[in-house]
Amino acid sequence: MRTMETNETGLIARILAGEKELFHDLIRPYERMVYLTLFSIVKNETEAEDGAQETVISAYRHLASFRGEAKFSTWLTTIAINEGRKRLRKAKGAAEESIEEQAEDYEGDFTPAPMTDWREIPLEALERKELRELLGVAVAELPDIYRQVFTLRDLEELNVEETARALGINPGAVKVRLHRARMMLQKRLVPVLKTSAPARRGFFGRAQ
Amino acid sequence: MKLECKHVWEHISEYIDGSVDAKLREDIERHLEHCEICSAILDSTRNILVLTADDRTFELPVGYSERLHERLAKELLSFEKDSKKE
Repeated sequence: MRTMETNETGLIARILAGEKELFHDLIRPYERMVYLTLFSIVKNETEAEDGAQETVISAYRHLASFRGEAKFSTWLTTIAINEGRKRLRKAKGAAEESIEEQAEDYEGDFTPAPMTDWREIPLEALERKELRELLGVAVAELPDIYRQVFTLRDLEELNVEETARALGINPGAVKVRLHRARMMLQKRLVPVLKTSAPARRGFFGRAQ
Repeated sequence: MKLECKHVWEHISEYIDGSVDAKLREDIERHLEHCEICSAILDSTRNILVLTADDRTFELPVGYSERLHERLAKELLSFEKDSKKE
């Protein structure tokens, strides 16, 4: 990681000094992250792709203002989030309440689904395409504030601090939202995960 | 301290992330040793995270990268022209 950051600092300096073409290399490791961030906000492939392009162009134009106090990836994610929010506002009209205003008061059940007939599913079962597709749908259907935190933490693997900074919320909220998102997904996917596991009837000495 | 299942569930996310303190971690682990239900919840949640981190789960549109770099190349060119004009 350190090597990557050192390389990045060097790359950025060279780009700013005039080797513009190197921006292609700078951005390449983050292409996926930028798209997924956009998608987690706009939930539409075309919008996410257009937004990702705008994000990258904007990052290029403002590269000189990147001071290196944040990681480049966090800086880029912040641009992507702003771009996504801008698109969302445009699509929904100015009357729509901002994403910020959706607080933690979302009412829902955040307890996991208990299982009495389960064994850890083998890695081969996780290879099933169907499972991956269902997870994609389940994530897309999470309430916005949970999907965004889940995307940054578990998909893009940003840490709590970086996620908080990028979304403009406090670290405590990141933890709460992440926990709820994971529990909602667990509850939603357990019936599918269970059918992937070998049957283990009567484990507790009683019939199903 | 003996933990109840519900208490374990509240901390399961932080437990997975390794951000619970040593004492709580120990209590949770002791609970997991004998509780099949909580172990199953932990396993299934971990499985979901493994799937999430799999690049094939969230795929990018076909040709996304090519189009992105094409657009960027155009931008680099026009930026160059702009600065030459000045």
